[in-house]
Amino acid sequence: MKFCRSIGLFALAALSTAVVTPRAATADDTVTLSLTLKDHKFDPAELHAPAGKPIDIRVKNLGDIVFEFESSALHFEKIVPPGSEAVVHVRPQQPGRYNFFDDFHHETQGFLVVP
Amino acid sequence: MLAALLIVFREVFEAGLIVGIVMAVTAGVPGRGLWIFGGVAAGVLGACVVAMFTGGLSELFGGSGQEIFNASILGFAVLMLTWHNVWMARHGREMAAELRAAGEAVVAGSKSLAALGAVVAVAVLREGSEVVLFLYGVAAAQGGASLAMVFGGFVGLVLGSLVCLATYLGLVTIPARYLFGVTSALIALLAAGMAAQAIAFLEQANILTALDETVWDTSWLLSDSSYLGRALHTLIGYVDQPTAMQLIVYAATLAVIVVLMKLFASPAAHPPHVAAAE
Repeated sequence: MKFCRSIGLFALAALSTAVVTPRAATADDTVTLSLTLKDHKFDPAELHAPAGKPIDIRVKNLGDIVFEFESSALHFEKIVPPGSEAVVHVRPQQPGRYNFFDDFHHETQGFLVVP
Repeated sequence: MLAALLIVFREVFEAGLIVGIVMAVTAGVPGRGLWIFGGVAAGVLGACVVAMFTGGLSELFGGSGQEIFNASILGFAVLMLTWHNVWMARHGREMAAELRAAGEAVVAGSKSLAALGAVVAVAVLREGSEVVLFLYGVAAAQGGASLAMVFGGFVGLVLGSLVCLATYLGLVTIPARYLFGVTSALIALLAAGMAAQAIAFLEQANILTALDETVWDTSWLLSDSSYLGRALHTLIGYVDQPTAMQLIVYAATLAVIVVLMKLFASPAAHPPHVAAAE
């Protein structure tokens, strides 16, 4: 019983340490990219960002219908009502081509390219 | 019409899986209908309120309002599910033994029902607010709700509810002596999945940045956005590209639930020699 309890405490302690550990990169490193959504199309449909730097993607919904900005690869999902703007934070990426989409209309696709 | 049908079906089906499990877990407990119905009703009401204030909600906490809200209600659901499982480990067997006849069991059972009712409300609220936003958006774009949209939404609701019913009916066919074990495992996995999902929201808001690298990618095998992927996401927290922190929290949540269930298990549930071995 005691053993179980101490395992639980250890896990909690490990977690809380992990939570407060800051990322090595500073905020100045962050690359901000902007895009808009209108008529179920992202503009630009392809974004570019350098490898190894945190990325903020700023998306503005210029259409008249809500959309859900989502990406499994980049780990975000956010509802963006018409006329509003949202920012998602993306951790530093390895080179690659990452897909994002509107979860309400899967034909609406875009990519983040990291060379 | 098809878009409305598909979106409504998808969200109702996700919430329906959870409601179906809760219905199976509480099968035979008196007064459960009221709690589950209350949970659904509160969830629908909450969904409308959340949908109405999504714009304002997003702007809170420096633009991370949605993420913090989602992480909070998921965290709350995890606590309720954990509490339910621990409570059942303590009292479930006594209740079954007394054939749920005693008035005492009814009173005790309702405490656990309240926790599960809250879980139902959270599930319906989360999926429902997307439905409300989507349908409202379509209606606003068309300058009013069209008959096709209403019909599509209704068919989606009916089909999604059938998934809920199928989940329930599938689970209750499990023989009574296994049902307790199966539903406890389902609830624990549900809680672990929700905890990992809460972590994803905290990572997205930049509140949690440690250990946020992707550990593996199984999207080629089963994508998050496929129906099976979504079902497994809801049921056991499947994500095709999990981060290290998500995996740690997933495992830790499962471990904490199992440990708590063992710690609080009613002594009668264990034969004496097993207790001595621990």
